[in-house]
Amino acid sequence: MKTALSTLEMRRATSVAEALEILRDEPRMPIAGATDVYVGLNFGTLPELRYLDIWALDELRTITVNEDVLVLGALATYTMMVASALVQERLPMMIEAARQVGGPQIQNRGTIGGNIANGSPAGDSLPVLAACDAVVVLQSAGAERRVKFTEFYTGYRKTVMRRDELVVAVEVPRVSGRQWFRKVGTRAAQAISKVVVAGVRGEGARIAVGSIAPTVIRLTATERALATGSLDEAMVALRGEVNPIDDIRSTADYRKRVTENLVRRFWTETA
Amino acid sequence: MRFTLNGVATDVAAHPMKRLLDVLREECGLTGTKEGCGEGECGACTVLVDGVTVCSCIVPFGQAQDADVVTIEGLGNAHGLQQAFMDEVGAQCGICTPGMVVAASVLNEDPSLEEIRVGLAGNLCRCTGYAAIYRAILSSARAGKA
Amino acid sequence: MTTAVGQSVSRKDGIGKATGATKYADDLHFPGMLFGRTIRSTIPCGRVKSIRMDFDTSGFTIVDYRDIPHRNVVALIDEDQPYLVETEVRHMAEAIVLLAHEDREKLLGANVVIEYEEAEPVFDPERSPHSFKDITIEKGDVEDALASAEIVVEGTYRTGHQEHVYIETNGVIAVPEHGGIALYGSLQCPFYAYKALRSVLGNDHPLRVIQTETGGGFGGKEEYPSMIAGHAALLAVKSGRPVKIIYDRVEDMVATTKRHPSIVRHRTGLTREGRLVAMDVDVILDGGAYSTLSAVVLSRGCIHAAGPYRCDNVKIFGRAMFTNTPPNGAFRGFGAPQTEFAMEVHMERIAEQLGMDSLTLREMNALRPGDMTATSQVLKQDASALECLQEAVRRTDYRRKREELKGTNRGIGLALFYHGAGFTGAGEQRLASKARLDLTATGARIMVASTEIGQGTRTMHAQIVSDALGVPYETIEVAQPDTSVVADSGPTVASRTCMVVGKILERCALEMKERLEGMTPAQYHAKHGAFSIVKEHIQPEWMRWDDDNYQGDAYATYAWGCDVAEVEIDRDTYEVRPVKVTAVQEFGRPIHPALAMGQIEGGTVQGLGYALLEHVVMKNGAMANPTLTNYTIPTTLDTPELDIVMLENHYDGGPFGAKGLGELPMDGPAPAVVNAIRHLGLDLRDIPAIPETLIACASL
Ligand SMILES: Cc1cc2nc3c(=O)[nH]c(=O)nc-3n(C[C@H](O)[C@H](O)[C@H](O)COP(=O)(O)OP(=O)(O)OC[C@H]3O[C@@H](n4cnc5c(N)ncnc54)[C@H](O)[C@@H]3O)c2cc1C
Ligand code: FES
Ligand code: FES
Repeated sequence: MKTALSTLEMRRATSVAEALEILRDEPRMPIAGATDVYVGLNFGTLPELRYLDIWALDELRTITVNEDVLVLGALATYTMMVASALVQERLPMMIEAARQVGGPQIQNRGTIGGNIANGSPAGDSLPVLAACDAVVVLQSAGAERRVKFTEFYTGYRKTVMRRDELVVAVEVPRVSGRQWFRKVGTRAAQAISKVVVAGVRGEGARIAVGSIAPTVIRLTATERALATGSLDEAMVALRGEVNPIDDIRSTADYRKRVTENLVRRFWTETA
Repeated sequence: MRFTLNGVATDVAAHPMKRLLDVLREECGLTGTKEGCGEGECGACTVLVDGVTVCSCIVPFGQAQDADVVTIEGLGNAHGLQQAFMDEVGAQCGICTPGMVVAASVLNEDPSLEEIRVGLAGNLCRCTGYAAIYRAILSSARAGKA
Repeated sequence: MTTAVGQSVSRKDGIGKATGATKYADDLHFPGMLFGRTIRSTIPCGRVKSIRMDFDTSGFTIVDYRDIPHRNVVALIDEDQPYLVETEVRHMAEAIVLLAHEDREKLLGANVVIEYEEAEPVFDPERSPHSFKDITIEKGDVEDALASAEIVVEGTYRTGHQEHVYIETNGVIAVPEHGGIALYGSLQCPFYAYKALRSVLGNDHPLRVIQTETGGGFGGKEEYPSMIAGHAALLAVKSGRPVKIIYDRVEDMVATTKRHPSIVRHRTGLTREGRLVAMDVDVILDGGAYSTLSAVVLSRGCIHAAGPYRCDNVKIFGRAMFTNTPPNGAFRGFGAPQTEFAMEVHMERIAEQLGMDSLTLREMNALRPGDMTATSQVLKQDASALECLQEAVRRTDYRRKREELKGTNRGIGLALFYHGAGFTGAGEQRLASKARLDLTATGARIMVASTEIGQGTRTMHAQIVSDALGVPYETIEVAQPDTSVVADSGPTVASRTCMVVGKILERCALEMKERLEGMTPAQYHAKHGAFSIVKEHIQPEWMRWDDDNYQGDAYATYAWGCDVAEVEIDRDTYEVRPVKVTAVQEFGRPIHPALAMGQIEGGTVQGLGYALLEHVVMKNGAMANPTLTNYTIPTTLDTPELDIVMLENHYDGGPFGAKGLGELPMDGPAPAVVNAIRHLGLDLRDIPAIPETLIACASL
């Protein structure tokens, strides 16, 4: 590990209430499944020195339905979601996404709350949540607020979450319409997304794409065009709202063309 | 900090943010668990925590508190999989093997080839092309049934 | 009659590996041990202006070039590479200063500030002003033949870097002992490291090198360990304490060698029916900043550049160019995968231009016994190109599939290839490898420097000795290579360990058998005590090689192969997934069928990674994606069904008819895959065939 251990400090919370009190009193970076945090520590790229272990908060390790809303507790792992009949019934595209995260070891440990809070534009569950108009539930000591998922991110790995808050759950209202998911990764497993598309086709279309912008994005202009016009018109709209970049994993041109192709495929396959 | 290591109640005084991998190798002297990347990618460091596979290079020791940790050493020397890895030459250089065997140990009893491929997708092997590893696991399952 | 050879006997090292008991370099600890760290350049080209230790240096051992007792040069072929930069920096991640400390945290925290004067780097091998080595192979008159050829087809083919990704990174421990150094390390060639240490430390220190169990090599632990061994030894000499250096994955990827990228140009003349009449091949390898092994990689690459085909007029011109990038080095196949890739994709393009079936084209031109190679070597009966081709075609129902899949999202392609076993030309003769066999109270012990790196050296050598000596396999022990006790059987490279070293061991065993006069080893030992037999390699007397003109018997024998790849494309994402690969390979005789199978399967998958996934992104002369996350080797789910066929065609000069096998499987997958992609209608000529490349390909 490249980070000096002696400079680090970690507390372990045993209840959500305790965790929130600790965060109220001092800023600490939460650690859930550690699959993002520890990669950063191993590479010596995380400036953070003080941590809060929330892995033991079983209260957050839940998947329930409440008044027709699917509630994924922040510590729900990919393995839990894949095994959940509720997720299978209501949000099958999340199962698709979860199955393709890393490998089994990562799925056993990585959490939905971590994926959300980490805010990587390549996070595979994020387009799913964006496409189904999910709501992030944030708690701080004595307070709770709900933020629309599509308003959660403000920039590259930046969110509206305050340092005294935890993601405790994400709520997914019933999705009407057909769900569609496609990840284009660097390989077949243990892969980071180069383009990841989640779509819902109900009355109109809801399409979210990851890895092509600083945050996961909804293709609102494309969605509007699909609702009122032809697929070709939608493609014109898409080209106007998709501006990816080159990086070590892929190229702007590739991302743009593949996004276009996949949105086309989504529309024809869900017709 | 207390936890169960290979079935034995264990108490180790180490920094809670030390990687579980380092605690096992350095504090507990169990060097069967290997490091191939330190980024959760290769699976050479795979151990079981409460019955499921994790990459011990990205688990803080503090999260193993009160947990049940099993390493390659904890599978014993007579595990059917180990014999099968020998017979089928599932190990070439052997550096991925402990992680592979641990990951294979939690597959269901009679896995299909597809289940094996999915179950081992988090374990990289550069020597075998995986085929001999599949043969080892399949033959071990057959032996288990017999 | 053989009882061990030809059987898949239990691996000598099987149980230790399966139970995790086997110790690798990082698992070893020595009392008082320090940890070492390498401070590396952060510019690709320039000079060091100043170095400042910006930390509390108490408790640290600090080494720079001035601490080198003898020569600041890594002993290899051209001896141009320093252990530690004096002033000139030629590439990123070049070692400048070494630190050691007992506390790893303090070690990592140490900040060394280096100021540079930067100069203009060269990254493009085609624009490089300097070639490490030029090679010309000439037979017949190419220009003449091209001028009179009915058809001429030209093409340029490129291959990228490839990283070895042994799952165990490079690591060594230097331990002071008897006024000298014992060096333990993960390495393929103990005597290379030994010679390198002699050059850096001089002759005053007693030295020995002990190979620790090695978690994969693939060529990546051929010459590079000499560097890290020298570094650890320098720190150990200065501190007087054991020093362990283990690279983390990022350092291993950024600083150590890779497969040479290549640019190969073909100009080929043919008759209208498809007979090859002239081959003009231009090979450029990117050597990186120091020569290391580039000259010999180029040599093997050039010798294989005309593929397994007969043609009377051949000219191959190769250069290994200097660039300001970390030196490239040995990697399974050693130049041949690059040039055979170009040849096999070119054959496909020739067939396309002739409007003929590429299978017929290959059948017509494939080398047969009695034919002459590009170096004018006349092949003997152990040449099996046609047999491999025909079996692969039959087994995969190739002709029918090729027709049927046309216009679908599946494609099928094929590659025919060969690989020379052992060192090139007079190389084995110069090397004069020795092997030793000791009689023990229960059997015999093999005393060679050939290393077990996963491929099964111990097991396979023990099988050969067991049958030659006529004693049970279990009674044969194999010594861990330690240069102070084993014979120098040469490096564990070039697919030579079975064919060359195995043969010497066979001769040792036969002589030992004679000495036993019908007694068992136990009986003899009880009566007369132990004895040893040492033998040296004997070059087949028929071999002739002209090193100046690159003509003659380049290799004692060749192994042959034909791979068929079936792939599937997603036309929306340009992802190509291999569906099935059939590999038909002839390598004399499998001593241990399961081990041989493992070599073919593992090599084939490494070749598939090379073809489809493995992309080294270079930025400013350094690998920009040096992690296992971003440099992607195949996982289980990237690996297709493999169908392996082992054909036999014994080579008389090898033990029990065996040839070399280790590298052959690496040569075929990339061209087979690319030809399958061409079958899908994409004009692809380069690898890696990542989707980003494919999306930009023209349609055929
Ligand atoms: C080998 C490997 C492969 C991977 N593959 C994929 C992949 O295919 N797709 C993908 O999307 N991701 C992948 N990841 C990334 C990672 O696994 C996921 O992002 C995972 O969901 C993170 O969850 P975690 O619980 O491990 O997060 P942690 O690492 O514990 O935390 C991540 C971040 O979120 C914060 N955080 C965590 N929980 C909360 C909370 N409840 N409230 C507030 N903040 C919180 C932490 O402070 C930290 O900043 C991979 C990682 C690895 C190592
Ligand atoms: S070392 Fe933990 S996954 Fe590679
Ligand atoms: S056996 Fe060498 S990496 Fe798997």
